[in-house]
Amino acid sequence: MSVIPAARARGSALDAARAGEGRALVARLDPRSRVLLAVAFTGAVVLAESLSALSIALGVAIGLALLARLPWRLTLRRLLALEGFMLVVLALLPFTVPGRILAEPLGFGLSAEGLRQAAQIALRANAVAVALAALLGSLEVVALGRALARLGAPSRLVHLFLFTVRYIGVLEQEYGRLRLAMRARAFRPGPGLHCWTSLGHLFGMLLVRSLERAERIDAAMRCRGFTGRFHLLDDHGPERPGALDLGVGAASTAALLLVVGLGL
Amino acid sequence: MIRLEAVTFAYEPAHPVLERLDFHLAEGERVVLNGANGAGKTTVLHLMVGLVRPGSGRIVAFGRERRSEADFVEVRAQAGLLFQDADDQLFCPTVAEDVAFGPLNQGKSRAEARAIVHETLAALGLEELEQRVTHKLSGGQRRLVSLAAVLAMRPRALLLDEPTNALDEATRERLLAILDSLPLAMVVVSHDGEVRERLATRQVRLVNGRLE
Ligand SMILES: Nc1ncnc2c1ncn2[C@@H]1O[C@H](COP(=O)(O)OP(=O)(O)OP(=O)(O)O)[C@@H](O)[C@H]1O
Ligand SMILES: [Mg+2]
Repeated sequence: MSVIPAARARGSALDAARAGEGRALVARLDPRSRVLLAVAFTGAVVLAESLSALSIALGVAIGLALLARLPWRLTLRRLLALEGFMLVVLALLPFTVPGRILAEPLGFGLSAEGLRQAAQIALRANAVAVALAALLGSLEVVALGRALARLGAPSRLVHLFLFTVRYIGVLEQEYGRLRLAMRARAFRPGPGLHCWTSLGHLFGMLLVRSLERAERIDAAMRCRGFTGRFHLLDDHGPERPGALDLGVGAASTAALLLVVGLGL
Repeated sequence: MIRLEAVTFAYEPAHPVLERLDFHLAEGERVVLNGANGAGKTTVLHLMVGLVRPGSGRIVAFGRERRSEADFVEVRAQAGLLFQDADDQLFCPTVAEDVAFGPLNQGKSRAEARAIVHETLAALGLEELEQRVTHKLSGGQRRLVSLAAVLAMRPRALLLDEPTNALDEATRERLLAILDSLPLAMVVVSHDGEVRERLATRQVRLVNGRLE
């Protein structure tokens, strides 16, 4: 149930981030460069093993966030959500991974390997999250969809993505309406079978309505001559990468080569 | 232009919606169709553009009998259907893309499509909405943009499903003025007395699956 309010929070965060998008360096990059950079960065972070490399990655990500002039309060709040999710796993890892035992609080063995893995995961996740927030978080979703399309992503995927964006809000409203209807008739979540059957109805109804809406959208598309081929109406912005894009591209390629070369 | 001949239709066999219904939309005519909730008005419009198929009877549109999906692709380009819920109709991220969707499907180039978008939005006085994101429009704006999306396909007839529903006084007035100025044949499903007065050249009522 918390998924949907979270979606709303994310929407407003994006809006806020967009408002802050002025002359920040990252904002001046072509969306395609940002997508490529994000993919390269994520790939490098996933492949990197050593803690020092991962620490540098986190540093780079924070640097990017500063360059993107992310609203830090919002970013921290979003990171906190991620942290809360990971905490359980991270807290358990040192005790469950076998290896050299460092200490034995309350009789549970704390292994060095486990500790290392926990640190790796924490660094990786945060580096990727911060970098993605910096590179893509402030990008209008529509622009992101177009960038993906122009980078040659399959058009079906791009449209699936754009449709998802378009209809998340509508579904959320539908959910809101259904919840309101329930509350208007004095429904309050509580223990007991009644609560669970009502929630079951709520989600069943949401599913049915989504399916029906999908059918109506399909009908609307066919009414406008859709026969299975998507066309994109877009060629705003420069077709070729600018000097800035080339510069950033060269710098990051050099940095990646350096990292690989030094075997970090 | 569009003729339904003895059309019978049921979503479920036990509950027939239309029974041997005859209807004809002639060139230049504006027919207001009303009837009780659930009488089957929306169904009639959907039959005309082949979104549902009749159990029996014939549909003749723009000079030919239409049976298959391929037949109706052509009909839909010439008879623009405005849906009861604008949220179903606007599925593209931005207004410009949505209005361009039909022309692009009709094989227009991007430049042509963009010209049509400008022209259509300007004709409806919606220029300033062009780059807006569709799901952030108000209900009335959505309805007008949906109409622009339909008109962008340059149809010869309009099928409007409760076009003035949930519009405020000013927007309704604007929509009616726009519709009144269009030289197209129309079928308008509406319970709105003013729509009848302003637009109708003929009025029909759907009762028990037939028109009277
Ligand atoms: N997808 C469907 N499946 C089954 N029955 C349906 C479906 N859509 C409509 N019906 C039924 O068909 C009948 C006619 O529906 P239709 O939507 O055409 O009515 P309408 O005249 O447009 O009503 P309203 O004024 O409420 O919009 C109704 O009794 C409805 O219950
Ligand atoms: Mg209806």
